[in-house]
Amino acid sequence: MSAPATLLDKLWSAHEIRRAADGTSLLWVDRHLVHEGSHHAFGALRARGLPVAEPGLTFGVVDHYAPTRHRDRIEDASIRVMIDRLEANTAEHGVRLFGLNDPRQGIVHVLGPEQGLTLPGLLITCGDSHTSTHGAFGALAFGIGATQVAHVLATQTVWQAKPRAMRLVFEGKAGPAVGAKDMALHWIARLGTSGATGHAVEYAGPAVRALSMEGRMTLCNLSIEGGARFGMVAPDETTFAYVQGRPYAPKAADWDRALEDWAALTTDAGAHFHAEARFDMAEVAPTVTWGTTPEQALPIDATLPDPARLTGPQAEAVRDAMDYMGLVPGRPLAGTPVDQVFLGSCTNARIEDLRAAAAVLKGRKAKVPGTVSPGSMLIKAQAEQEGLDRIFIEAGLDWVGAGCSMCVGMNGDLVAAGKRCASSTNRNFRGRQGKGARTHLMSPVMVAAAAVTGTLTDARPLLEGRV
Amino acid sequence: MAGWTRHQGQAVALPRANVDTDQLIPARFMSASRAEGYGRFLLHDLREGDPDFPLDRHPQASILVAGENFGCGSSREAAVYALVDAGFRVVVAPSFADIFAGNAVNNGLLTVATDQARAILAVLGDGTLSGTADLAAGTLRIGDFDIALTLPEAVREKLINGWDDIDLTRAHSGEIRNFRDRRKSDHPWAFPST
Repeated sequence: MSAPATLLDKLWSAHEIRRAADGTSLLWVDRHLVHEGSHHAFGALRARGLPVAEPGLTFGVVDHYAPTRHRDRIEDASIRVMIDRLEANTAEHGVRLFGLNDPRQGIVHVLGPEQGLTLPGLLITCGDSHTSTHGAFGALAFGIGATQVAHVLATQTVWQAKPRAMRLVFEGKAGPAVGAKDMALHWIARLGTSGATGHAVEYAGPAVRALSMEGRMTLCNLSIEGGARFGMVAPDETTFAYVQGRPYAPKAADWDRALEDWAALTTDAGAHFHAEARFDMAEVAPTVTWGTTPEQALPIDATLPDPARLTGPQAEAVRDAMDYMGLVPGRPLAGTPVDQVFLGSCTNARIEDLRAAAAVLKGRKAKVPGTVSPGSMLIKAQAEQEGLDRIFIEAGLDWVGAGCSMCVGMNGDLVAAGKRCASSTNRNFRGRQGKGARTHLMSPVMVAAAAVTGTLTDARPLLEGRV
Repeated sequence: MAGWTRHQGQAVALPRANVDTDQLIPARFMSASRAEGYGRFLLHDLREGDPDFPLDRHPQASILVAGENFGCGSSREAAVYALVDAGFRVVVAPSFADIFAGNAVNNGLLTVATDQARAILAVLGDGTLSGTADLAAGTLRIGDFDIALTLPEAVREKLINGWDDIDLTRAHSGEIRNFRDRRKSDHPWAFPST
């Protein structure tokens, strides 16, 4: 009998082709997802005169530069050229593209699972740090840089040192208006933005089991904000029910074989984790970031830190962040006025996120302008079928197309300098949503609550009697 | 990419923790072709509002000393391009984000994770110190600070020879082909036919 293994161990050994003397592994890649930002890698391939090794395992998606409005005529030539380049590169190499006019187009980390390209047990790479999202299915999924993208294109393999295993256990049951986003911001605030650097995080415990696939994807998506390149949840019935019947999911006899294989994708009892932390859901409140790194997050009913009560570099970091964010130390976080809201991104733009926000917004008006960008055009269609679009539009928000949009601003959807945005996205870095923009990260229900009150607000009272 | 064995240059301080990739290169510059050079985008928005920014006071510097968790955030290799195109060959910090550190090696940029970074920052202040990185000897000297480099052999060779993994990997193409065939027969669903 072999030693008890973690889910990470099992996924790693299933993909290891060889191991170099220094311990780095050469891993087989089952799915390689490319987007407009992959142009450097295609250029490197061209410079060497190499073909794409496995066009059938490579999938292109237009998302980072995808316009969310007026798709028929893109006036900004620098945006048009990025999309054209991806179209040309994928066509040249025989790679399937989910292009701008494809009814399935969407954010790569939304589209992959939706199409059944993301499956338990697969190794998935993409030139994007939020690739950890796909780990929600019990896949080994991680973001890579352009040189590695070129390497995967050329060889369908990737060199990677095995990370250390870390387990984050969430005990208890989520309270009202608390979800996966709050769980993620909570652990990152506790352990820090580099708290999981060098590790692959496995999320476990009853509160993780209770999450839908959408929630698990949100949790795994944000792993990188705590430093972990990999996040994962062992697959279970929730996973299998989500995957079954998706276009690229296994069918008939293959499905039965796959299920048998996937059932073994769990961490064995007694397996060793290099690090472990436990969290009690009773302590997880609706959480909002106040600063310029995701670890600068607090429960909505907390007061802002006061650098005068801190010392050394910590005081300086808090003062610096407060200054950029235009906040007053020691004041309550709730009640801070916002200028606009954004509901979207690979973190929180799935159907469940839109439903949750709509539950707050129904029959209410937004006091500030805002944009709702579904994670994919299929989610957009589904939301419209459910009448969610009417709720957003009647509240006064813009209902637009799918893409990375205002999370990263590459498509021109930007927050103006000095403006404060309540955002369901993943990074509150300086300038992330636009030069000088002030970003507060929070869940979709909290974004909706900010919209109807025009301030950072506890969503719980606004949800009473509604869910 | 060209390899290097010994680098001598001036070290400059960027006394900030969590310098993320959105600060290293704001997203709006990333559609530029590499041939245009990414150096002018380095830390663009931080520098713009600050005439005393350390990198502008010492434009000849090629060794950057910074706070912890350097390079956190996105996987954009453009963050490394910006540093390399601005002339940097070495970054020293108490810790680095994983993806950034991997991207750096692939572009001839040496990252040195050491607790001594804090002390070096304190000595550097607004000025510079001369520094020498020697990959063959496995040493980095900045001012009076001596740091032993603990590089995996593969990383050291890659930096010295300017190697790119593709050639190394293609030498194993038989093994890769065998793995693929086995995977296809054991896990047919991993090869979609739709």
